[in-house]
Parts: sequence; C-alpha cells; structure tokens
Amino acid sequence: MTDKMHVKLKVNGENREFLAEPRELLIYALREHLNITGPHVGCDTSHCGACTVTLNGKSVKSCTMFVAQANGAEITTIEGLGNPAALHVLQENFREHHGLQCGFCTPGMITRAAKLLEENPNPTEAEVRFGIAGNICRCTGYQNIVKSILAAADEMNAAKEAAQ
Amino acid sequence: MIPAAFDYYRPTKVEDVIALLEEHGDDARVMAGGHSLIPMMKLRMADIPHLIDLQDVSGLGGISIEGGRIKLGAMVTQHELINHDGLAAAAPILRETALQIADPQVRYMGTIGGNVANGDPGNDMPGLMQCLDAQIELIGPGGTRSVAARDYYEAAYMTDRADDEVLISVSFAVPTGGYAYEKQKRKIGDYATAAAAVQINKNGGQIASASIAMTNLSDVPVWSESAGAALVGTGCDANAVKAAAAAMLGDIDPSEDNRGPVAFKRHVAGIILSRAINRAWERA
Amino acid sequence: MNDMTPERDERAANLKGLGCSRKRVEDARFTQGKGNYVDDIKLPGMLHGDFVRSPYAHARVVSVDKEAALALPGVVAVLTAEDLAPLGLHWMPTLAGDKQMVLADGKVLFQGQEVAFVVAEDRYIAADAVELVEVEYEELPVLTDPFEALKSDVVLREDLAGQTEGAHGPRKHHNHIFTWEQGDETGTNQVIDNADVVATESMYYHRTHPCPLETCGAVASMDAVNGKLTIYGTFQAPHAVRTVVSLISGIEEHNIRVVSPDIGGGFGNKVGVYPGYVCSVVASIVTGRPVKWVEDRMENLMSTAFARDYWMTGKISATKEGKITGLHCQVTADHGGFDACADPTKFPAGFMNICTGSYDIPTAYLSVDGVYTNKAPGGVSYRCSFRVTEAVYFIERMIEVLAIEMDMDAADLRRINFIKKEQFPYQSALGWEYDSGDYHRAWDKVMEAVDYKGLRKEQAERVEAFKRGETRTLMGIGLCHFTEIVGAGPVKNCDILGLGMFDSCEIRIHPTGSAIARLGTISQGQGHATTFAQILATEIGLPADSITIEEGDTDTAPYGLGTYGSRSTPVAGAATAMAGRKIRAKAQMIAAYLLEVHDNDVEFDVDRFVVKGAPERFKTMKEIAFASYNQAIPGLEPGLEAVSYYDPPNMTYPFGAYVCVMDIDVDTGVPEVRRFYALDDCGTRINPMIIEGQIHGGLTEALAVALGQEIAYDEQGNVKTGTLMDFFLPTAWEVPNYETDHTVTPSPHHPIGAKGVGESPHVGGVPCFSNAVHDAFRPFGLRQTNMPHDHWRIWQTANRLGLHD
Repeated sequence: MTDKMHVKLKVNGENREFLAEPRELLIYALREHLNITGPHVGCDTSHCGACTVTLNGKSVKSCTMFVAQANGAEITTIEGLGNPAALHVLQENFREHHGLQCGFCTPGMITRAAKLLEENPNPTEAEVRFGIAGNICRCTGYQNIVKSILAAADEMNAAKEAAQ
Repeated sequence: MIPAAFDYYRPTKVEDVIALLEEHGDDARVMAGGHSLIPMMKLRMADIPHLIDLQDVSGLGGISIEGGRIKLGAMVTQHELINHDGLAAAAPILRETALQIADPQVRYMGTIGGNVANGDPGNDMPGLMQCLDAQIELIGPGGTRSVAARDYYEAAYMTDRADDEVLISVSFAVPTGGYAYEKQKRKIGDYATAAAAVQINKNGGQIASASIAMTNLSDVPVWSESAGAALVGTGCDANAVKAAAAAMLGDIDPSEDNRGPVAFKRHVAGIILSRAINRAWERA
Repeated sequence: MNDMTPERDERAANLKGLGCSRKRVEDARFTQGKGNYVDDIKLPGMLHGDFVRSPYAHARVVSVDKEAALALPGVVAVLTAEDLAPLGLHWMPTLAGDKQMVLADGKVLFQGQEVAFVVAEDRYIAADAVELVEVEYEELPVLTDPFEALKSDVVLREDLAGQTEGAHGPRKHHNHIFTWEQGDETGTNQVIDNADVVATESMYYHRTHPCPLETCGAVASMDAVNGKLTIYGTFQAPHAVRTVVSLISGIEEHNIRVVSPDIGGGFGNKVGVYPGYVCSVVASIVTGRPVKWVEDRMENLMSTAFARDYWMTGKISATKEGKITGLHCQVTADHGGFDACADPTKFPAGFMNICTGSYDIPTAYLSVDGVYTNKAPGGVSYRCSFRVTEAVYFIERMIEVLAIEMDMDAADLRRINFIKKEQFPYQSALGWEYDSGDYHRAWDKVMEAVDYKGLRKEQAERVEAFKRGETRTLMGIGLCHFTEIVGAGPVKNCDILGLGMFDSCEIRIHPTGSAIARLGTISQGQGHATTFAQILATEIGLPADSITIEEGDTDTAPYGLGTYGSRSTPVAGAATAMAGRKIRAKAQMIAAYLLEVHDNDVEFDVDRFVVKGAPERFKTMKEIAFASYNQAIPGLEPGLEAVSYYDPPNMTYPFGAYVCVMDIDVDTGVPEVRRFYALDDCGTRINPMIIEGQIHGGLTEALAVALGQEIAYDEQGNVKTGTLMDFFLPTAWEVPNYETDHTVTPSPHHPIGAKGVGESPHVGGVPCFSNAVHDAFRPFGLRQTNMPHDHWRIWQTANRLGLHD
C-alpha cells in the first residue's frame, strides 16, 4: 500500500475532498468515498460505459481512470444532470420512450447522451448510434434509447427556438 | 479488477519526467490517456511501481500546420484530432482513422502519443504514421532525437524508444492526393481484423506515388514499400490493385486469434487494402 | 351524481390497466441514478471478499499457503475448503441435483474455479492478498470435448467414482451424467426407415453466456446478537436461495432474510447459487461482520453459469409432398465440471422435448446425454425457458435442411406442417399439450408484410448478378416460426430441488383506496412494478398508479420460485389476477351490503360495483376499500386483503413468426441485417410498450449469439473470450432497427390469457439470424454451418463453397 493522497474534486457543483490511494479507480472513489452510486461498474476494461461520467467536459469511463488522475477535476454524474423537481430532458425522454429496462446502463448512457447532444444538438440517427457506441445496453436493443435521445434533441431544440 | 499499488507523479516539466524515469528505470512508466496501460495494470499484467502522469506536462499538446508540415503534440487526443477543422482539411486521413479507434469516451482520453509510442500491434496510428512517413520525436536525458515511424517499431511492445525517453510529438509533411483508412473489425471498440492506410498521388491519370501501411497483421505495423511501388505508374486498374495486394501479402505475417485464422486474415487484408486503394484513387 | 360519472371508457383509461402502454414506475429512480443494486449496498463495518481462482482447467491442488496473505495488514481471513469442511459447506447442492465444490477440495475442474476466499478491510487489500496466496497445483490432463470425455480414462469427478447411478438415472461412464429419453424410439425409427424422404444433419449450438451488465454479487450480514442472517444479492429466485441456504447451513429459515435489490439484468445468469454467495455468508459468520463479494467481468464470464453447449444430431422424415412424419433428435450436452443446470428436477435437459416445434409431427424421439468436461458449470436458460432455445434452433434448422433435401421453399414447407388452429389443445409427440395457437394466421401476415415473394425474386436476381461477377454481396432470407414453452410450471411435474414451481401474490388494500401487492418473483428489468399493477388495476378497479408492487424481500413477499423462463406473467401474473379476484369477491359483498341489495344483485363495472339494472346506484372500489376498514359488516372480517398461490394447470405456449433479411459480404464475411420483422403472439397483451421493448432486447441478444458471442476454450481449457473485447456484446452501431407486429391468441387456461414474452425474441431470433446466413449460401450448396456466424466463420463458409476462387 502506498500513502494516501488528498483528493479534491468538484462533483455535481460541490467541492469534495477525501483521502485515497492513488490507484483507486475514479468509479470506486465516486461510489465509495462520495456515495455517488449512479455510475456503475460493468466490464472493468472500458468497453461497456456503465461508469461514464463527464470530467472536465469529456465523457470518460471512470473505471479506467485513477482517482489521482482525476484529482482537481470537475465532474458531472447522472446525479448532477437533473433533480426530482426538474428532470433533465433526457431523463424525461428515456422514461417516455422506454429507453431503459434494468436501469444498470442508464446513468452512463444518459450522461454520455447529454454530452453528445451538447456537442451535436441535431444528430442523425446514425450519429446517435455512433455517439453512444461506447455504452453497452443488454436489455433494450438500443432502438428505444436512440428514439429517446432523438426525441430529447427535438425537445431541446424546440425549447431553444421558443426562447429566441 | 484492482491494480497493484504505485507511487503517482504528476510533473509539469518534461525534464522532471526524464529525471523520474532516470531515477526509477524499469519501475517507472509514463501514462497519457491511460487506456492501454490501466487495463493492463488492472489485470495485473503490468506492474508499475512509479506511474508518471503526463497530463500537466507543458509543451506536449497542440496541433500545428506550418510550412507544409503537420506536428501533433503527444498529448493530442483522438477527440481533438477528429474535431480540428484545419487538420481535417490538411490531412483528412487522420480524422478517418481516429474515428475508427475505440469509442467516443476512449477517444476523449486516448492520445496520439500513447497510440504511437508503445508498439501495441493493435493500435491504428502506428500504421498511419508509417504511411505518412512521420517522424517521431523523443526526448531523453541526452536531449531530443527524431526517428522515422518506419524505423521505430521492433516487435510487439518493443520500439526504438529507450526506457528513459518520452515521445513528445509526431510530425509529417502535409499529405497530398487521395487517402483512405479502411478497417475491418468485429464491433466498435475492437482492434482491427485487418486495416490499411493508403495515400495516393495522381499525375496525368496515373499513380505518381503511393504509400501503404497495414495494421494488426504482424507484431509491428507494416509499411509495404513494394505494395506502393506496384501501383506507381499504373492507372489503378484492377490488375494493379491486385499486384499491390499481392505485394503487401509478402510483407505481413498475421497470427491467429479470436478474430480468425491466418488464411482469413490474409484474405481480408488483401480485400481491405484493395478497397482502401480504390477509395484513395477515387479521392486522388 | 350520475351526471358526474365519467364514461366507462374514460374510467377504464384512468385505471391504466391491462392493454395500455403505461409508462414505467421504475424509471424515475433509474434515470436519476437512484437504483439500488447490490454493489450500492454499504453496511457499517463491511468487509470485502475476493477469490483466488485456478489458472488451470484440471489440476490437483497440492497445497494452499495463505500465510503471506494473512500477514498483509487489513486481511481478516483467508478461507479454503479445509476451513469450510467442518461446517459441511465446502460442497453445495446444484439446482440439477449434483453437488459442486464451494472451494477447491483437492482438485480443480475448470479454469477460474474458486480455490480460496480472501476477506479484507477493503477491495484493494483483498485484491493484493489474492496475489499473495500461494497455491501449488499439479496439472492433470484436460478434457474440453464431451465426446473425448466419454472415451477418456481420465476421471473428472473423483468424488463420484464408482457411482453408476446419478440424480437422473444410470451413468454409462465415469464422465457421463445422465441419459434422458422422451418419445417413441422404435416407432420413430420405423417411420424414418420407411419414409419417402429423410434429411439428416448435425449441428453444434455453441457455449455462450447470459452476461448481464451487472455481474453477480452478494452482501451477507450475520447478526450474532439475534442470530439473524441477511443476504442481499443478485438472485433471480430469492426464496429458493433462502431455502437452499437454510438447508446447507442449518440456520433455520425464519432466521434468514434474503433480499434481491434492483438487479442489473439477469437473463438466467442469476438463477443459480454460486460459491461467492456461500463464501460471503461463511465469512460473515466467521468474522462477525458484513461481507461483500462482487465479481468482476472476467470472473463472471469464466466461472458463473454458461448457456447452451449442445451437440445435436437430427433426422427428419417426410412424405413426397413434404408432410413431416417423424423426428429423431440425439443430443450430447456439455455440462462442464459440475451439473449445475437450472432445470426442473424431472427435466435434466429442460424442455428440450419441445423440439417438435410449431409442427404437427406424429412421431418423435429425443435422447440427451449429459457429460462432464473441464469447463465451467452451468447450462442455464439464457433468456429462454429451459433449453427451449436449443430445441427451437434444432427444429428450425432441421426444417431448412429438409427443405433443401426436398428442393422446396422453406416457407411453404413450414406452412404445410404447422399445427392447425383447430388442433389446439394439441398433444405433441414428445408429451406436451400446446394450449393455443393460430400459426397460419401469424405466418401469412408476416409473409405478406415483408413481401416474401418479392424478397425471393430479389434474392434470385442477386445470385445471378453474383454469378456474373457484378456483385460480391449475397442476400439471405432467414425464416423462423417458433413455439415456446414457458411458465413453469405445474407443481405436479415441475420443481427445483423439490420446491414446486408455483408462484404467489399477496394484496393489501389500504383504507383510502390504494394498495400494495407483493409477489414471489423479482424483476431484472422487465418492469414488474408497472405491469403487475396494471393486471391488478383491471381486476380490482383501483388505478395502477395507486398500487405499489414489491418483490424480492423474503421477509415480506410470499413464497415464490422467482423470475426466469418467462414464468412471471404466466405464473405470478396469474396469481396476481387470482388474488385480485378474491379481493373483488369480498368487495362485492361489501358493496351489496352498502347498497342494501343481495350479493348477486351487484356487478363489477370497471372501478365499481353497480346494482344490476340500476347503474346509477353504485359503490366505487375506493368507497368499498374505506368501508372495509370502518364498517362492521355482519359475517365479514374487517379489512381487504388476499393472497393467492397459483399452481398453473399447464405451461403457456407463446409463438411468433420472424423474417430476417441479411446482406453478406462474401469477401470479408461481414453480415449486415437489412430488415428484421418480428410478429409475436404472447396471448393477452398487458403493456404493449414493454412488450415491444422486450422484443427489441431479446432480438439483440439473439443477434449477438448468432453472429459472434461465445465462450471459447483452447485445448488446455483456457477461456479465450474472457473480456468484452472478445465476448461479443453488440453496441448501438451493430444493431438494426426492428419492425414489430403481433396477433393475439389468448391462453385458454391463464386467468387473463397472457402467455409471457420476454424470451420469445431470443428463442425465435437466434434461428432466424442463423437461417439468414445459411439461406444466403443455399444457392451454392450450403446445408449446415455452425454458429456463431462471426466474420471469419462466414468467410470460411464462402471459402469452402469455392466463392473466393
């Protein structure tokens, strides 16, 4: 065991500090030090995306990042996207279009989709499929996930237009 | 999957990186995006007592297109390569290749330096760098030196880079003519069953020059000089393409894995290369 | 008051009952990251367990030295078989009546087998300690081929040495487990020997794995003060786990509470009992602290229950006109190192005897031999009822092979052999009574929807173009008509470890007209909290939104056998309806009392009881609920509760007709699904949105299995596909959009006519994708090529047919 280091993260808008071994994986640090259990461990080898969080503006797989690497970063997880009183448009649309079943991939999937729509607010179906190809879902066959994301994009764009 | 413990360093100057490498020798490794190294550490196939994170080291980033040359800092990510408009115009084959690497999340983290440096035969950028005749810039205790990508790879995970050297950039002449990066894989996130990087220059209806490199078909990337030569002076007709593919097959040495047996890989290598040549020709 | 009463339709719609696409109540927490999965559970003082696993597929364990591991600060215990033996817990019963080592007892039988269990303060220390446990092995000859195993002198199961009788009858060889025969062997052979046409084929349904996105895990907590053991875990059958733990540990069942929290997908992987569960329990007892064990993905793929691995040889006979007369099926089943199939006791090869499929086959015979090899144990139903995927794959390939033999169109051949609507209930030659079906209607609807004739024409043109050298892409049309058998099952012939496979529902109506219902099942993504409330809403006339559904806690839920084999809707769904009817019966008496009429003079009307012939006189269910708590009604107990334990009279037989159109690049072996049309008939449809979601998911798992997903071993028994790089789980990029359709042929014996649907698309999808690959090469002489149809195997098929020359 090596010495623990002092880790500072800004997670979902809050500054958090804790002691951790450098080798601790970001996913476990979030889940076990900070009790942020939305992101999950699915594959351990960066193939499934269940652990996806947004870190300094990038979608990353937090199972393949040491907490030491993340030290000082700003992180958004599913818990930071919306709240019960004001759900994120994606959260609403995943429910509306049955874009989830067991729910295990959902936090990573929605977090990734949010970043995708931020970068590409008007994606085609193919762009959505390519853009979420780092996230595996075993339940839905993706059809309704894609539908949910496209519907969310429409809704976000309509809201933007209405605001202008 | 939990890695063994290590000491973590996040230096800001490249000299400090070199000093750490000198101090710890074999026990130290540098890490860029970590998407090759971390899974190996988690599987305990790599034991790294001293891990040097390059993310804060100054001078390792940046994309420059100047004086007919493109220079990519080692820490430039695949995501940056894909989204850099100037690069997409100057060397579209980079974007075409990067889009076929891993998946979106991995491309945010994965760097050109990490992809090129380690000699993982599955990586796509080494073959592309050979196709583009890139120079790899290394820094070590004795200063910087440059080595041609075509000379850099020795065997699987064995390169010309010494343990105390760090890859700091790759650079190459702005490519001209038609291009294609063609890759067959089982799914998103997979390494290539076979992949081909092709750049073709056309002059008066004939191929004036051609550069061809293959990925994951030997323990090193394979720049096939003879395949390129087979195209030169032809109108890229079916026979010429066939001859190029045949020449390439003389240079590769694939091994069997879950992607399939050798005969399959050799056949697919020929098909993929033919498609890449035809696409590059159409774009030339 | 009458004027205020909404129309009947509106009142029905307000209930969100049967047949509506009610949005899921589960989604609020899942979309906000507030699911509660086993790895989310954190108890005070909790320790972490991790396994030392065998790198060898067959080896003697000479010694286990745990000193160095125990010396590591933070390590609390290292358990081996020696430590478990005094408690009698070093072996455990499997669901198939065999026994399995919890920790290696003298030898290991597959790569990844559990050898020692390290318990430490955190997961990091545990992982470090695993590296420090020194195990000395002596390698033994490895048997990965069941046919070799049946010839070999090497004895895999030394613990069974000399035992000629197994749990399912005589053993023919020391590596043989059972022979299971169904049907009429002599009669079938006679029919086949004298037939106009006979087609024979052998096929291998490869080994794969359910691989839910969440791996298996448990948190065990033994409270030494009150003697209560609580186990949270990824259990598809929590009550069965409680009973098994009680039987093997000696802890009385009332002192054990098993909780299945949210489960991140099961697909059959979480039916069995794994060494990790047992070790967590033992470690908690030994240390007096809660112990968590969650496996990683490699451990999941290498050591927990696999699926399939059936070598099947068939003979099918027919008249000159194509009427099938007989079917013979012989299976060699590779069960790995222990027989840990999750099948009902009397069915060691599950319901493989549904292999006569959707066809009226008068005579048939099935024989299955189970064999031990040096592979992981399992044989679970991966998104199917027990071995039904294997059965349907077998018959749907045999039909294609017969069509080739007879030079017939495979759609025509199916059509003339379908069981006719008027033949239901239909007695199959292998012993089942199919409840209901209308196969011709479903088939014709699909053929028309896809323009089958047009597709065949296009395909013929493509073949000609290919022969002229104008294209290198072939087109395959995959067909499948499947009949499933789900909803195990009647207790008279279905049990697991002696536990009858009924299921249950308990309902409590609250005074203000809302309710809670608890079931013996457990959702793993199927949306039970949504759909069971819909069943109840229609039965008891309270809005689904006012009904909470709870599952998975054995302290509160009634006993049930859990969720797998598409049994939740057929069995627990029936229990729910029946419990609802008990509520309604009592409500009728209360309503009659309140309305001052005879019980028989009121009738149920959506959400109320009305006086017959005077609908303006009524009591709503909400009013009745309140009355049941605040009125002393002569002859009636207060309250409004009911419980139903439902033992189904028969299985249900969902069916469907699928077509897949696939383009295949002959040079690279890359297939592309151009179109997939899926018509499902699952009887009464509870929630069309959820049904459609289940179809999409099941088809995608079918695509994966057919086109690349496998657990492959090398000759030394090393797992070659241990990570998601090599174990094929398709991403959104590899998956097509599916077209869905349906017919409705209710089950006559189910209270609401529902049959279950979650597994149909997988069962029907695999042969449909596979048949598409085969069909593309049929014009060039292909009869049979084994799955998975990954790029290189498709390429190899083309190559063997001379298509690269």
